[in-house]
Amino acid sequence: MNKMNGAQLTIKLLERFGVGIIAGIPGGSNLPLYDALSHSTTIRHVLARHEQGAGFIAQGMARSSGRPAVCFATSGPGATNVMTALADAKLDSIPIICITGQVPQSLIGTDAFQEIDTYGMSIPITKHNFLVRSARELLEVIPAAFRIASEGRPGPVLIDIPKDVQLEMVEFADWPAMPQRECVKQYRKQDIEQAAAMINAAERPILFLGGGIRHGNAHDAAIRLAEKNNLPTTMTLLGLGSMPTEHPLALGMLGMHAARYTNLAMEECDLLLVAGARFDDRATGKIAEFCPGAKIIHIDIDPGEINKLRTAHLQLVGDAGSVLAELLPQVESKSRQDWLNRMAFLKKENSFIIEGADDPRMPYGLIRQIAALADHETLIATDVGKHQMWVAQTYPFCRPRQLLTSGGLGTMGFGLPAAIGASLAHPQRTVVCFSGDGSILMNIQELATAVEQRANVKIFVLDNTSLGLVRQQQNLFFGKQYFASEYQHHVDFVTIARGFGMQAFALGASDDPVATLTEAMQTRGPCLVHVPIGRNEEVYPMVPPGAANKEMIGGENHANA
Amino acid sequence: MQTLKESYPCQPSAAAGQKVLELTVNNHPGVMSHICGLFSRRAFNMEGILCMPIGDGKLSRIWIQIAGTSQLDQIVKQLEKLEDVRTVVSHPAEHEVFAKLEEYFQGS
Repeated sequence: MNKMNGAQLTIKLLERFGVGIIAGIPGGSNLPLYDALSHSTTIRHVLARHEQGAGFIAQGMARSSGRPAVCFATSGPGATNVMTALADAKLDSIPIICITGQVPQSLIGTDAFQEIDTYGMSIPITKHNFLVRSARELLEVIPAAFRIASEGRPGPVLIDIPKDVQLEMVEFADWPAMPQRECVKQYRKQDIEQAAAMINAAERPILFLGGGIRHGNAHDAAIRLAEKNNLPTTMTLLGLGSMPTEHPLALGMLGMHAARYTNLAMEECDLLLVAGARFDDRATGKIAEFCPGAKIIHIDIDPGEINKLRTAHLQLVGDAGSVLAELLPQVESKSRQDWLNRMAFLKKENSFIIEGADDPRMPYGLIRQIAALADHETLIATDVGKHQMWVAQTYPFCRPRQLLTSGGLGTMGFGLPAAIGASLAHPQRTVVCFSGDGSILMNIQELATAVEQRANVKIFVLDNTSLGLVRQQQNLFFGKQYFASEYQHHVDFVTIARGFGMQAFALGASDDPVATLTEAMQTRGPCLVHVPIGRNEEVYPMVPPGAANKEMIGGENHANA
Repeated sequence: MQTLKESYPCQPSAAAGQKVLELTVNNHPGVMSHICGLFSRRAFNMEGILCMPIGDGKLSRIWIQIAGTSQLDQIVKQLEKLEDVRTVVSHPAEHEVFAKLEEYFQGS
């Protein structure tokens, strides 16, 4: 018989399920868990400086590896702090497991110190959650959490464990096995045949890849299908890297900040083969006018996404990799010369304008310079804002899980802790974090974690002394009424980084920016590079919120006008 | 934690009428929050809800009356995604479960 308390059981189960790193912060209600963790020889604890940081560190591990990652927080403020990271994981379908301490069951409902209804609060922002009422339940709950987090459409799971459950002794004979994941397959052979026939019959098809491609490891199947049938391919923000940016069939990201040619190509397509994408409004613009002439084949593992926003002519509910692989032999080899010529024409007439491409002091130039200094193994994390869109538009992604970015929730403060998490999961790799002066301040305390863990993260703070995308909307849609979007006080990020014990570089003071960037990229361990950016550097093209994607502002190629 | 989800084909929708959904769910204190929260956060219309334990108390039966049927497909799909929901059965509006309760819901 095995005999231990609930906290020890929790840690043992995490060990058995292969958890190697837990990010978190201890507090009164999870101290038994931390005591048990202190005796673990296989799990390394990473002490974050804020529970939101711990949540995003777990996300960085999960996003870069594809495996569920774990974070810890105490009850009350610990739990409320981690909620943003859970909500972010929900919207981007990221498998993380958050284990929170809770006040003892005898105190639940009494407004006890550091008591909040963590279970109730996390219902809408998790895939599933548990409030554990006895130590024995952990034998079911923890395996279930791993299954739920990674099965079907992945997502975050929260387990709330009252302190008395952590301390309760439990005896049991056998350890639970890692539960099998159920395969989702709700289509028939005829559906595949029909989809292939629709693709073969289409004259102007486009393949449209979302974040589901990386979850399903479907990129190889997607690329093979695209190449065999010559399907021009667009990607959502989370789908970037599914097909390399440099691939001749790649149209880049679609939507609000897409290249003009991408959105214009979508206007003309007669068949949209959607895989692992959910018709998010940032991708589609005004949904009623998105791909107006197209029939839709929708591949998704979540049946709830089918017909949610756009009616599918044919639905294939299942794993994107399996569906695309089944389609491959049924789809004809086609040259599609006319359609590809049309794509080339659109690209030429509406080419993407990369202003300042050769100047590393300019946003696009900086990104290109970093890309030139990075290797194919380098991971790219971003925060949220203009820098994120500039990276999405121009970084040459070559594989899925290379880009870590907050898509659905758009959480400023995501970048630094996610980069730390990615670096912890891949210690041999360099992790670049593109951030902004607004975003970095929202989780800047994690600089301490980065230094403490010697995480190999290179943080580039593109500092336009403003909340850039807010300011851009005020510029375009609110009569240049710049209110609350320009910082009156400018922070000295180089001094701040050094104060955290991190090496820092000021690109604005550098005589040789390429040499400075090279030194930063080659420095082992964490460093921060401050990059001053003009407030008026905007992100173009831009589709106004709520408008159709064809109504783009800016980014015209005047050379062709 | 084996969950068995059977989905029944939805009835063709009657014009702007009502529908009755019959759910079998795991019986624990949070399950009603999961169901009601789903309806409120996805802006689904719920007219009425009843919930009682069944059998040995490990499961509960939930009856939900919904107004309008345009959202029915999404409601059923989203309910089926909830981990604690075992089965969802869609009944036409004439189902008597709510009619039989009418006498307890009279007055202003």
